[in-house]
Amino acid sequence: MQSAEFGMERGSKDYKPILGIVNLEVKRGGITTLNIPSLFVQEGELLSLIGPNGAGKTTLLQTLSYLIKPSQGKIYFKGEELNSTRPVFEYRRKFAMVFQEPLLFDTTVFGNVASGLKIRGMNGMEIRSRVTEQLDRLGISHLSHRSAKTLSGGEAQRTSLARAFAIQPEVLLLDEPFSSLDPPSRDSIIEDLVGILRQTRTTTVFATHDRLEALRLSNRIAVMNDGRIQQIGSPGEVMNHPANEFVASFVGVETILTGKVIKKNGGTFIISISGQEIEAVGEAQIGEAVLLCIRPENVILSTRPSRETTSARNVFPGRIEKVISLGLYQKVQLNCGFPLIAYVTHHSIENLSLQVGKEVTASFKATAIHVVRRKQK
Amino acid sequence: MDLIFEGIKKAFWLLITFDPEVMGITLLSLGVSGSATLISLLIGISTGVIVALSEFPGRRIAISLINTGMGLPPVVVGLFVTIFLWRNGPLGFFGILYTPTAIIIAQTVIATPIVMGITLAAIQQLPKKLRLQILALGATRLQMVWILIKEARLPLLAAVMAGFGGVISEVGASIMVGGNIKGYSRVLTTATVMETSRGNFDIAIALGIILLLLAYFINLILTQIQQRERPR
Repeated sequence: MQSAEFGMERGSKDYKPILGIVNLEVKRGGITTLNIPSLFVQEGELLSLIGPNGAGKTTLLQTLSYLIKPSQGKIYFKGEELNSTRPVFEYRRKFAMVFQEPLLFDTTVFGNVASGLKIRGMNGMEIRSRVTEQLDRLGISHLSHRSAKTLSGGEAQRTSLARAFAIQPEVLLLDEPFSSLDPPSRDSIIEDLVGILRQTRTTTVFATHDRLEALRLSNRIAVMNDGRIQQIGSPGEVMNHPANEFVASFVGVETILTGKVIKKNGGTFIISISGQEIEAVGEAQIGEAVLLCIRPENVILSTRPSRETTSARNVFPGRIEKVISLGLYQKVQLNCGFPLIAYVTHHSIENLSLQVGKEVTASFKATAIHVVRRKQK
Repeated sequence: MDLIFEGIKKAFWLLITFDPEVMGITLLSLGVSGSATLISLLIGISTGVIVALSEFPGRRIAISLINTGMGLPPVVVGLFVTIFLWRNGPLGFFGILYTPTAIIIAQTVIATPIVMGITLAAIQQLPKKLRLQILALGATRLQMVWILIKEARLPLLAAVMAGFGGVISEVGASIMVGGNIKGYSRVLTTATVMETSRGNFDIAIALGIILLLLAYFINLILTQIQQRERPR
């Protein structure tokens, strides 16, 4: 899988849409549930759809694979318009879809992974070799003859993924496949998925409501709400330059910084971010690109000059760029050489007489940073 | 008490010696009810699947009709089949009243709604998203139906058993349309009714035991299915 920094942007030479939709509208019971003027999925990319429940992520995925018939609009696959001259199942056979529930058939793990191939009328020998390969890849070979009913949640979802990959789809559609798993299973299954995608370079559209999952995996992120795409772009773009208030409130509640690990000492490491050094706690390799998420309530502001404050190691002078009232507290946008957002009470605003243009000292603890390791080649 | 004891003793004798009359009746019963069940499976499963998977106006009414049909009183079925097959009736020209064929028809009418109703419920019980998953795997509509039937195979087996159990133990319709003709259209239930009314308790008990055994085996299979069905 390529990282967002590499040439996947529109207009670059690599730009090859495998899937496109134009003026798409889906109506259910007279209500428009999906309205997308245009969306192009590029070959080999991982596009995440994020948004709250009911945003239209599932509807979009199901429309892409024509499980839902759009009331209006056109779908293109590799530049060819989808129309009624060919049976729809031929089109669907280019896709694989993994749902939130494993939706396994009442047979063995092997039988489940083989099911898509049997539907395609493949011969037994080829089925066997493909299934064995996928079982291996997902680390479930030992479960091959187990009944799907006896699997744990994680095992079941691995089986479901293996079934999808066995088809060798041109486009993989994932509809929140990990959201009902416990965190350890989720982490390990995501790890494996990333490995497989890196190998196969399968074009993937991934619906999730977990921003961190999206940050970790995507080349591009589309933020959805009310059946519309509110913003689409690289993770950095969407996170740091939200296009509108909804995107800001959905993704932009924290400061998200991209940096590189430059030093390690003990349980902590130092990340360089636009020339500044931030200390964080956790595991990371030197030279690794990471995303730092800092929740605004963990950022402390003071008017004293820096280096005099508290136990926090990360202390940065900065200038207030914006103050926005959020009801109980105020959101203060700072420029410390990098953007930083802090929440402060009205009381502190008055006490510290915070206003736009004022120089303050911002600090946060190394433990208050959430580190997201970016997956790269 | 003596009556019962003597009856049971003679009944066992009839069974152990494979009494030709008892065996003839049993085989006819199995043949007639087996055929009726088979036909009802063909009609019941296909219609049940169609109703379960499609949307049409009046679907709810159709479903409640099917469910009512599951408890169709055999005598009512017997009455209408008799009327239809009566010499002057709409299907009288077939001349099949008081034949095993007539019993098969009546029993099919009884078993079909049972199979249909259970099929309907079994298919509807499958997670709705399973259909999407099957289609997403690239299945044609026919392949999807086949996979759904395979997924519902255990409840469908229950439908087979319930249908067969319903008709093998049914007496009203069989006696009305079959006529209980000795060696021709006499089945286990009709024979039991007649022998009992004549006071031939030995043969009635023998037939009763066979019916009970059949009922037991049917329930044994059903129980096995239900036990296997229990998740994890």
